[in-house]
Amino acid sequence: MPPGAGTVHRMEDGKMRRKANLTGLLFSAPFILGLLVFTLYPTGASLVYSFSDFNLFKPLTWVGLDNYKWIFQEKEVAKSILNTLYMVVLATPVSLIAGLLTAQLLNLKVRGQSIFRTFFYIPSIVPVIASSLVWMWVLNPKSGLINSLLDLVGLRGPNWLLDAAWTKPSLILMTAWGSGGVMIIFLAALQDVPRSLYESAEIDGAGAVRKFFSITLPSISPIILFQLVMNLIVYFQYFAQAFMLASLTNSGADQTMAGPEKSLLFYAILLYREAFVDFRMGHASAMAWVLFLITALVTWLVFRSSRRWVTYGGD
Amino acid sequence: MTMVTRKIVPYTLLVLLSLVFAAPLLWLLSTSLKSKDQLFVTKPLYFPSAPRWQNYADVFQTIDFVRLSANTLLVTLLTVAGLLISAPLVAYATSHIEWRGKKPLFAVVLATLLLPYQVTMVPLYIVWSKLGAIGTYVPLVLPAFLSAGAGYYVFLMRQFFMTIPNSLVQAARIDGASEFRIYAQIMLPLCKPVIATVGVLVFLSTWSDFLGPLLYLNDESTYTLSLGLYAFMQTHYVEWEQLMAASAMFTVPIIVLFFLAQKQFIEGIALTGIKG
Repeated sequence: MPPGAGTVHRMEDGKMRRKANLTGLLFSAPFILGLLVFTLYPTGASLVYSFSDFNLFKPLTWVGLDNYKWIFQEKEVAKSILNTLYMVVLATPVSLIAGLLTAQLLNLKVRGQSIFRTFFYIPSIVPVIASSLVWMWVLNPKSGLINSLLDLVGLRGPNWLLDAAWTKPSLILMTAWGSGGVMIIFLAALQDVPRSLYESAEIDGAGAVRKFFSITLPSISPIILFQLVMNLIVYFQYFAQAFMLASLTNSGADQTMAGPEKSLLFYAILLYREAFVDFRMGHASAMAWVLFLITALVTWLVFRSSRRWVTYGGD
Repeated sequence: MTMVTRKIVPYTLLVLLSLVFAAPLLWLLSTSLKSKDQLFVTKPLYFPSAPRWQNYADVFQTIDFVRLSANTLLVTLLTVAGLLISAPLVAYATSHIEWRGKKPLFAVVLATLLLPYQVTMVPLYIVWSKLGAIGTYVPLVLPAFLSAGAGYYVFLMRQFFMTIPNSLVQAARIDGASEFRIYAQIMLPLCKPVIATVGVLVFLSTWSDFLGPLLYLNDESTYTLSLGLYAFMQTHYVEWEQLMAASAMFTVPIIVLFFLAQKQFIEGIALTGIKG
């Protein structure tokens, strides 16, 4: 090797690396700009607002921890947290289980699979406003589909969206109906489980139930984790569906957006109301930060626990 | 289990479940074709013998359905275009360019998935209102051109980009192709499936979006379908037959899109590599 060749190489390397850095930066520039303007700046601003009394029409005054104290003292916030936890705790497993069961059924490779798949999937892509209107009508206590079916067999159905005890079960029902998105991802995962695993289990005499629990579930556990986290986040931020039902249940518009006996007052709805109806943007910002911290904490806990129940296959 | 039960049980379950899943939409259809006095007939399987198609025509009289549809289509197409221009760029930068920001930036993309939209909602609203953009489509559309709030789509694309062998890119670099040429002429054509899938997903979520228009649109002439139907319900909540007809017309394009792009909807999800 002639003397100095190494240095030339190193210089070339350095030049290449600088070039690569510049190219990477150029390709990422739109995203980074968006990140700064539409994510990082507002996140910081929101933190500042959360310590102040503030809205569009009055200047910012520092109030220290008052907004956070308000969160812990205000009864409506407590109510909204309970309502939200109800959805997180029930709607998440319901949509995961409904999605997994329908996917499992479809994965039996029956004829007409794609037709059944279409039936299960379409409800999940119906626009929220349309599905809300449909369900308000399906759940109409007098002439709705469900209560008239119950009527046929001599049962009196509940008042669904008009009865505080039944509003959230109604939402859970709608969740199961809309579980097609979860189903599609599970179906893709199920189709990836190697046939050979099932075949060797069959030789060992394992039944269908045994195969489901000892082969299917462990094989798709990374997907269960992914769906669990995504759905938990969705239900912590649960908004559009409930907002429609809460603000439309009564004859036309309901300004409190809370539903019967505040049974539909979810955390995200109260946050919206504080910010854009009552213009208490400090309250709303503090609520947003509490939500952020809870989401991050729960996600972290789920990931931590996942070490014990998620198995990553060798392939 | 005998062969017969093995086949019959799943079939029966599938057929019954399909009926359950379809029932609300069939109910929507039957209601949209009822006359006013048939609305409260309490027979669940009742389908009007003389369907009243006039309900659909009436919707056009009650609200400016054409305008709402045009507005929704405009916002949706601009958003899809914006995202499909900007997201593949950063997906490429975090998958095939060996630069300092490759890993950190991808970590940032993942972190944004955890950030609830509620955190940025209030400050962004204030910024847009100070800029005088409330009532325009700018707050709804502009962020897409910078992939803002689109971490999930960037993630999906990047995962797919990772499955393209780096040797292809290296070989092109050695041949002296410019980085943009490699991106546009090698990477994008190979990544068509994921681009189509993300396009469809973005179309779907923008078409149905409610919160964005609720926050930023304040004039009926600019409303999208979601917001228009919401306002319609607030004032015409007794006209169920028209509400259902309008809902049906709002939903049909989505179902048509599903049948046209079934492959992107279903296989695309498998392709995106979120499977582990």
